[in-house]
Amino acid sequence: MMALRWRLVALLLLALPVPGLAATPLPGDSVYLLEDAFSDQSGKPFTLAERRGKPQVVAMFYTSCRYVCPLIVDSAKGVEHALSPAEREHLGILLVSLDPMRDDTAQLASVARKRKLDPSRWTLARTEAGTVRRVAALLGVRYRALADGEFNHSSALVLLDSEGRVVARTERLGPVPDPAFLAAVKAALATAGSP
Amino acid sequence: MRRTSALLLCLAPALAGADAGWAPLPGGEFRSVLRYEDTGGVVKVAPFDLQRRPVTNAEYLAFVKRHPQWQRGRAPVVFAEPRYLERWTGPLQPGPLATPAQPVVQVSWFAAQAYCEAQEARLPTWSEWEFAAAADATRADARSDPAWRERILAWYSVPSGRPLPEVGRSPANLHGVQDLHGLVWEWVEDHSAMLVSGDNRDQGDPDQMRFFGAGALSMDDRENYAVLMRVAMLSALEGRDTTRNLGFRCARDPLPTKGKTP
Repeated sequence: MMALRWRLVALLLLALPVPGLAATPLPGDSVYLLEDAFSDQSGKPFTLAERRGKPQVVAMFYTSCRYVCPLIVDSAKGVEHALSPAEREHLGILLVSLDPMRDDTAQLASVARKRKLDPSRWTLARTEAGTVRRVAALLGVRYRALADGEFNHSSALVLLDSEGRVVARTERLGPVPDPAFLAAVKAALATAGSP
Repeated sequence: MRRTSALLLCLAPALAGADAGWAPLPGGEFRSVLRYEDTGGVVKVAPFDLQRRPVTNAEYLAFVKRHPQWQRGRAPVVFAEPRYLERWTGPLQPGPLATPAQPVVQVSWFAAQAYCEAQEARLPTWSEWEFAAAADATRADARSDPAWRERILAWYSVPSGRPLPEVGRSPANLHGVQDLHGLVWEWVEDHSAMLVSGDNRDQGDPDQMRFFGAGALSMDDRENYAVLMRVAMLSALEGRDTTRNLGFRCARDPLPTKGKTP
């Protein structure tokens, strides 16, 4: 009888959620609940939930964009450079293309190469058109395809915590990071990185 | 699920004439109330099918039964705010405040999209919705008729506290579509893009974008308040938002014609 009770207790303990384990359900306000498929600059498929565990800086862009998109890459690089090497290791940077028609895997790979984006940290992603709308809605990015093939879009860096919740955003772009946004990135890394 | 759709595809030519829920719309060049600099206000609408009526509570109930992740209480807040289906008695009981033939309301854009995808369809774009809604019973574009405008505006003077009428009570327009005006607001796929301006020098400055974006509304159509109000309301919403008078209907690309069947 006693033994059975202990076995039950052991079972219950095993069933307790362990932070950071993929088995725990995502919080209801997590962007990672979007189950749609993406692929990265090497063509490897992934889902957002696989990015769980590390805070992410996320933005939307497209590779043929002349004005603002290079600035989006510069801005994310600015955040990256303002971090310590240890902090940098625990951050992911995800850029999702608004233009899946033209931004194929080769195009994304070419931009990653030209801009020297470290593949251990940077993901340039494409997905199907319906998913682009959904991601934009989750991140609060507004965009419209223009008649000449360009896009007009609001430009933001969005910070997701390690559970995929939006915790900060900035529309102040440039190589020198928005101080408030950088502070939020550091705070998210500190929370995620202290086991 | 997959087998059902394959079966439906085989039956599609036979069903095409009898597919009562959908109206075929011819599309064409269309003068939109959204007069962006890059389009000059003329949009090309490809032929599309549109559901003749807004989605009802009964239809939405069937959907949440088959897709439990969209039941109230289960749909995550990131996709549907807490007021999602708030007036339903329970997650699977629409109840007296949401009768079977009334249009479903308090659904988020994400939920509406999921519903349409489950029907192998999608939400209409704003251009498609506007194209369909420009017609009256005899004309494809009745918008310049003051009487038509008056009729539509009259809806806005009906107090919103009243119970919603049932779908399908209004006369069909030229395309065989009902209830585009006078019943509920309807989600469109690109609702959040409508006030994004056509000048990409505005990029990166959201306030400026919103400011210039408002300029995308054509002053020529300033009497068409009903449509302008709809644009303003839809573009102010986030994808997770719901309201008591916002529903939806689905659109789809036309099914392949008989000749194409292998």
